[in-house]
Amino acid sequence: MSGSSLMDSLFQRSLEDLIKGLRQQLIGEQAFISKALEEICKEIKSTDLSTKATALLKLSHLSNLHFHGMSFAAFHALEVLSSPRFSHKKIAYHAISLSFHDSTPVLLLITNHLRKDLNSTNEFEVSLSLQCLSRIANVDLARDLTPEVFTLLSSNKLYVRKRAVAVVLRVFEKYPDSVRVCFKRLVENLENSDPQILSAVVGVFSELACKDPRSYLPLAPEFYKILVDSRNNWISIKVLKIFSKLAPLEPRLAKRVVEPICDLLRNTGAKSLLFECIRTVVTSLSEYESAVRLAVGKVREFLVDEDPNLKYLGLQALRIVAEKHLWVVSENKEVVIKSLSDADPNIKIESLRLVMAMVSGHNVSEISRVLVNYAMKSDPVFCNEILGSILSTCSRNFYEIVVDFDWYVLLLGEMSRIPHCQMGEEIENQLIDIGLRVKDVRPELVRVARDLLIDPALLGNSFLHSVLSASAWASGEYVEFSRNPLELMEALLQPRTSLLPPSIRAIYIQSAFKVLVFCLHTCFVRGGSIVPSASMDNFPAGVSASASHESFDEISVENSADATVVHGQTHASAPITKASIVNLLNLVELALGPLLGSNDVEVQERARNLLGFVDLTKPEVLNSSVQEKEDSEGKGVETSKIIKLMCDAFSKELGPVSLSAQGKVSLPDGLMLKENLVDLEMICGDIKPPSSYSFSFGSPYEEEKDWLSFSNLHIKEDSEQSNESTSLLAEHRKRHGLYYLPSGKSELISNDYPPAKDPTLQGDINDNTDDLVEITEESLNPKRKPNHGKPRPVVKLDEVDEKPVAMKQPEPRDDSLSSAVRDVLFGSEDIPPTSSRSNLSNNPSSKRKGKEKQHTDPRVESRENVIDRNSSSRRSKDRSHGKERRYRSPKKKNAEERKNTDQKEKEKRHRDHGRHKSRQRAEEPLKVPAQTSVIPDFLL
Amino acid sequence: MIKAVMVMNTQGKTRLAKFYEYLPVEKQQELIRGVFAVLCSRAENVSNFIDAESIFGPDSRLVYKHFATLYFVFVFDSSENELAVLDLIQVFVETLDKCFQNVCELDIVFGYSKVHTILDEMIFGGQVVETSSSEIMKAIEEISKLEAASNAITLIPKSASGWRSR
Repeated sequence: MSGSSLMDSLFQRSLEDLIKGLRQQLIGEQAFISKALEEICKEIKSTDLSTKATALLKLSHLSNLHFHGMSFAAFHALEVLSSPRFSHKKIAYHAISLSFHDSTPVLLLITNHLRKDLNSTNEFEVSLSLQCLSRIANVDLARDLTPEVFTLLSSNKLYVRKRAVAVVLRVFEKYPDSVRVCFKRLVENLENSDPQILSAVVGVFSELACKDPRSYLPLAPEFYKILVDSRNNWISIKVLKIFSKLAPLEPRLAKRVVEPICDLLRNTGAKSLLFECIRTVVTSLSEYESAVRLAVGKVREFLVDEDPNLKYLGLQALRIVAEKHLWVVSENKEVVIKSLSDADPNIKIESLRLVMAMVSGHNVSEISRVLVNYAMKSDPVFCNEILGSILSTCSRNFYEIVVDFDWYVLLLGEMSRIPHCQMGEEIENQLIDIGLRVKDVRPELVRVARDLLIDPALLGNSFLHSVLSASAWASGEYVEFSRNPLELMEALLQPRTSLLPPSIRAIYIQSAFKVLVFCLHTCFVRGGSIVPSASMDNFPAGVSASASHESFDEISVENSADATVVHGQTHASAPITKASIVNLLNLVELALGPLLGSNDVEVQERARNLLGFVDLTKPEVLNSSVQEKEDSEGKGVETSKIIKLMCDAFSKELGPVSLSAQGKVSLPDGLMLKENLVDLEMICGDIKPPSSYSFSFGSPYEEEKDWLSFSNLHIKEDSEQSNESTSLLAEHRKRHGLYYLPSGKSELISNDYPPAKDPTLQGDINDNTDDLVEITEESLNPKRKPNHGKPRPVVKLDEVDEKPVAMKQPEPRDDSLSSAVRDVLFGSEDIPPTSSRSNLSNNPSSKRKGKEKQHTDPRVESRENVIDRNSSSRRSKDRSHGKERRYRSPKKKNAEERKNTDQKEKEKRHRDHGRHKSRQRAEEPLKVPAQTSVIPDFLL
Repeated sequence: MIKAVMVMNTQGKTRLAKFYEYLPVEKQQELIRGVFAVLCSRAENVSNFIDAESIFGPDSRLVYKHFATLYFVFVFDSSENELAVLDLIQVFVETLDKCFQNVCELDIVFGYSKVHTILDEMIFGGQVVETSSSEIMKAIEEISKLEAASNAITLIPKSASGWRSR
């Protein structure tokens, strides 16, 4: 030992010193830690194992509680591990389980250390080693140490054995082939009478069954026995977990376990077990009415319990029941509603979910009213929770439960005014969505939107901005339903709109544009006053809209100031005089003038559009307003033409666009995008042609084949050249506007995937030139899309194929672990999920021969022979040794046999089962009578 | 399966952290901070659950208990029973109490190794292997003896070698 290392070890800080130093905080925590780390780095290189171990312990501490990486010490940890001293080992194992992971480079060096300790006579050393294995095992470790784990599975030290059982979970997961070795012993441990071992085994099986329940169905009789016999709550809970996974797979099993579970429900005093029983019944046995009733009775006890935990879990259980038995929730309505005002946030949210589960078409308005009132009183978080759930429930499945959309739009407006509301975006989406889908609601929507827009206070609330943008859009788009467009215009141009973000401001300006066009149109084209029915002839909304116009005059729900201005049937046009139009134009100029210099392009562009329009029309308007009647025929015509055009452009109906709309655009004939690509890849595998290559050039690939035959070098150059020319060509096309011209070859068009609305556009072009203006306007407003909607009475739903077919994969994950387990349990035959049920429904007592045949049937010819040979040899062996009979009753032969075929192979490798066999054989006679009453109803 | 065990004090200082799947330390710190942020905003006398899915991802549940200055937090998935885990926390704390005689935060700070040993006796690779605090105590005593014995051997040669080199 060198002098320096001695000094190190003498004056080394212990972990306690380190902690004390940290607590004193003389130089600040971070500084102290980095100093300590420096020391540790030095000490850990010491040749003295004690010094090294202490350094490692300190490092683990810093890593664990102060989050400093310790991967640099991986090798040092291994060195400490090699120490013969238990205390060093313990430190090393602790460090390793903290810091090692699959990509630790020295991981494989640990195998022999682990093996040595697994074979140790000291149970605590074995335990340390197993613990470590359970944390860091990877494929290699699991494979190499499987034999040791296998031996330990039957260790006579309980302390070791239960840990060996637990470690199997990780070993199986990492190295599925170990199932073939260890599974049998694991199953044997299910028979163990010691509760600790049993608890560990059942725990392992509940984890395994979680991932792939079907594979463990054959073990159901064992689990059943544990369920009935166990007096240990922990074990019972785990077995219930297993059954809640297995029962839905096999109806007869469910029938079988209902009774014992109900017994447990009635008799147990432990809340945890009681809750597990309830959960099992409501999740997996919900078809059994009596069981559900019993469970619900217990749930009720939970609900009125003082303990908030029980209350919370009771509500959770109710929510599970609600999926199938809604009556249960209604029965407990009072408690649920009362829980909304509980102090506990968990309980509040849970009861909110339950309340939402009760919502249906006929009570949605009352429940929403209650909840909205509630939201106004509650704290911000819960308020938004409530609003969010109202929004999502009402919009579910295209507003399935909403009958009265006027009510719903009003509700949305009201919700957005709640002070804590942060659901602006969702409300925005729904307002627009409803506007597009439901024609009848548009007048109401415009009214709600107007109320929101006109209130200057709302502009200050940034959470509401998105709602305002929806309102602005709706009032612009459906301005024809507005009772007072001038007022709307003022609202849209009010000074406080400067508080809005630019994107929303742009929407405001665009809406102002639409409103302005509408006003001008009513004023000039219709000669200053309009008869409602005449004003509507352009609009698809047509008669219904005008009808509702009149109707809400009569109802006059809102007696606001503007209602007094409006009189008679020409209410909409009455205030629009030439003078007011002039005012309006001035207002626009005043409000938007400064925006011409806006930094935001969108705002600037739209402001320019609108001002340009104003410039265009203003002289005419002034002119005509001075000369009143005479000249309006002459020059005014041009203006009114423009106005009419604009109005037409804006009046095109918008509709929801189906998600799959693009998919409906048929591919042009002769366009073979994918084929071409595949061929290219095949032909010039290593050339990597530029992506535009094949399309734009459109050269048949025979030519390319010819190129190929030259030489690779040439190809490269050629492709580069062609690429260059391609891009030049594309550029040329763009510059000269040739891009959209039809060309001879369809491949050329395919340069760009056709946009969804292309066909309609093309059609419009052909129709008349007037529409060209409309199209350009359309491109101004990105929201305008062709209307695909099919008119339905109230809600305009998208096509049925709105939702693209979900790419679900109902196939159970057939990973290597479950297939290995199946191999062991069922034999080498891989059971497809559907056929397993038919197998299960076999009469369990049917003859063995018939079954053998049935199992072999689906197999391929060649395998059949092999299996037959196997099974015949098994039979002879069975007779001679009684080997495979073991603890299973004869009634379960089906599973047994399939298992056997595999065990045959297994036992060729492991012939050390001898001592268990004798024990099992001895037990068999005792078990058979006990189980015969149980088994026949069981599967297999 | 238990995913993680954490003990932290009411100031948010970590006193114990055990993750049963490997996580880089930075991620551990982030998770613990996330948990603490939720914990410290909760009132007294409310239920012991927290929605853990936002922090730990799907299929995770969290149960905690608040004792004096410490939060004991267990994170687990759907194969454990919430109330049983609450009992488990109780067992853990009881065992600590027995082991340190009236345990307080300081004991846990200085008893770093011991606390880990106790936890390892209860939970093995995410699975609960022991729920009886007296059994755990027995094992802990055995282990302490073993450690002391192996350290006693170390002291003598070390000091002897120290004399020799002087």
